[in-house]
Amino acid sequence: MVRMKDKTFFDRLKEYKTLLLMLLPATLFFVVFSYIPMLGIGIAFQKYSFSGGILHSPWVGLDNFKFMFMTGDIFNVTKNTLLYNILFIIVNNVLEIVCAIVLAELSGKYFKRITQSMMFLPYFISWVVVGAFMYNVLNYEFGAFNTLLKSLQIESYDFYNKPGIWILIIVVICAWKSFGYGTIIYLSAVMGIDGEMYDAAEIDGANIFQSIRHITVPCLVPTTVILVLLSMGNIFRGDFSMFYQVTGNNPVLYSATDVIDTYVTRSLVTSSEFGMTAAAGLYQSVLCFVIIMVFNTLIKKYNKDYSLF
Amino acid sequence: MSKKNTSLRIFNIMGYSMITILAVISVIPFLMIISSSVTAERSILRDGYSLIPREFSTQAYEKIFGFPDDVIKAYAITIFNTVAGAVTGLFLTSMTAYVLSRKHFAWRNKFSFFFYFTTLFSGGIVPWYILCVRYLHFKDIPMVAQVAPYLLSVFNILIIKSFIQSIPDAITESAKIDGAGDFRIYIQLIIPLSKPVLASIALFIAIGYWNDWYLSFMFVENSSYYSLQFYLYKILSAAEALARISSLSGNHVGEMPKENVKMAMAVIATGPIILLYPFLQKYFVKGLTIGAVKG
Repeated sequence: MVRMKDKTFFDRLKEYKTLLLMLLPATLFFVVFSYIPMLGIGIAFQKYSFSGGILHSPWVGLDNFKFMFMTGDIFNVTKNTLLYNILFIIVNNVLEIVCAIVLAELSGKYFKRITQSMMFLPYFISWVVVGAFMYNVLNYEFGAFNTLLKSLQIESYDFYNKPGIWILIIVVICAWKSFGYGTIIYLSAVMGIDGEMYDAAEIDGANIFQSIRHITVPCLVPTTVILVLLSMGNIFRGDFSMFYQVTGNNPVLYSATDVIDTYVTRSLVTSSEFGMTAAAGLYQSVLCFVIIMVFNTLIKKYNKDYSLF
Repeated sequence: MSKKNTSLRIFNIMGYSMITILAVISVIPFLMIISSSVTAERSILRDGYSLIPREFSTQAYEKIFGFPDDVIKAYAITIFNTVAGAVTGLFLTSMTAYVLSRKHFAWRNKFSFFFYFTTLFSGGIVPWYILCVRYLHFKDIPMVAQVAPYLLSVFNILIIKSFIQSIPDAITESAKIDGAGDFRIYIQLIIPLSKPVLASIALFIAIGYWNDWYLSFMFVENSSYYSLQFYLYKILSAAEALARISSLSGNHVGEMPKENVKMAMAVIATGPIILLYPFLQKYFVKGLTIGAVKG
C-alpha cells in the first residue's frame, strides 16, 4: 500500500497508457457534447446573435431571466413538468415492481415469455407512430373512441379541445410505453435474490404473500431507490419527443401539456431569442442539479449504500 | 398446509389475469394500426377505426409502393444511422465500461464521475444546438449529425460496467499472467463473456436510432437525408395542416394522405426493428442490472 502511494502521476500515466487510450473516445465525446456546451451557459446572460457568437454578443446581465419570468409561461411549464414527472415516477415504478414480482412467481414458462414480449412491444415504436395512433383513437370525427361512443348513442368527446384530460392520457401512454422495459430491470433484480431465503420461509410456513412481503419487497429497495433517484435528477426535464408527438404540438392543449423542454425547443426553433431560451435551459439545469444534490445527500445520510455518488 | 395452497391459488388467479390483461393492452394499439392500414379508406371515414378491418383492402400499401422512392431513401438513411450508431456506440460504450470496471485503475472513480456529472448538470439545449450548428457544422454533414450525438449514454455505460464487474477477477487475472494487455483482455475475454448485456444494450441503442426523428428535426434541411420517422412525421403533420386548412376554409386543399396510408406508413416505419427482438430476448433478464456510479 505504501509503495502504491509512492508512484508519481507520470508513473501512473505510463502504467495506464492503454486504459487511458481506451477512455479517450468517451472523454472526447462528453467534452464536446456536454462540457463545452456547459461553458455556453454564458449565452443566458447575453443578447446572443448567431453572427456575433458568444464572444462578440453584448452582455445584458439578468435581463433574459427577467423577461422569462415576466412572460409568466415559465411558471406553468415548470408546474406541468414537475407534476408529470411525479406522476410518472409513482405510476411507472409501482406498476413495474408489481409486474416484476408477479412474473417472477408465476410458473408458466411459455406464458411468461409470451406476455413479457407483448409487454415489451410498445418500447419499440417511435413517438411519431404513437402520436399518429393517438390521433386515430381520439380525433373527433372518426377516432376509434368516438366511434365507440357513437355506436352507444353517446355524444362524441372532443379531446383536442380539453386540455385537462391530457394529464391522464399522457400518464397512461407513458406507462404503457415504458413499463415493459422497467419490468425487465426490476425482474432481473428479483431474479438476483438468493433462492435459499424463500426455501427457508417456506419451511417456516410462510405463504406466498408473506414471502413477497418479507423477502422480495425488502430486497427490491436498493434497485428502487437507485431508479427513483435517477428519475429525481430529471424531475424538471420532460421527454420532448413524447410531449411534442403525443399532443401533436397542439397549442390548444399547452396549458396542461407544455413542459420546459417543449417550451424551450419550440422557442429555439421558431424564434431567434437565443438568450431567453438559454436562460430557460439554465434555469431547468439548475433546478435539476439542486434536486439531485439534495436527495442524494439525504439518502446518503439514511443509508450510504443507496446513494448514487 | 391447505391455507397455504389457498393463498397460492389466489395469487395465481390474480397474477395470471393481471399479466394477461396488461399484455393484451400492450398490443392492442399495434393491432389497430395494422388493421386500419389494411382497411379501405371509405370504411374508415364512415365507420371509424376498429380492431378488425370492416372492409379489407391493400390499397394503402399499393399506393406507397407505387411511388417508393422517398420511402426507400428514408429507409436507407435510417438503416445507415442504426447500423453505424449501434456498432460504434456499442463498441465505445463497452470499452469505456470495461476501463471503469478495472479495479487496478486507480482513477476509475474520477473518470466515472467525470462522465456521470454530465447527467447531473447540462448547459441546456441552446448552447448544445449552437455548438452543433455553428462550430461542428452539423447542417452540412447530415450523416454525421444524425449519428454522433447519441453514440454514448452514461446510463448504458453504467449497466455494462456493473455486468463486467460481476465477471470473476480470476478469469482476467490468469490472462494477465499469461501476458495479455488490457485491450486484448477486453476484446478476447470480456466481449464474449458479456454477450447478454451487450445484446440488450445493442438493441436499445439500435431502437434509439431507428425511432429518432429529433436529430433530423434539428439538423437536416435537405429532405433526401430525412430519417424514416421524420419522413413519417412530415407526412402526418402535412396531412393535419391540410385538414385544418380545409376545415377552416370549407373547401378541400390539395390531396391529403388518406388515413389508411398514414397507418400503412406507420407499419412500414416500425416493422424491421421489431423483428430484431426475438433474437435478443433470451439475453434480457440476465443482462440488465443497474449499479451505482461509484465502486
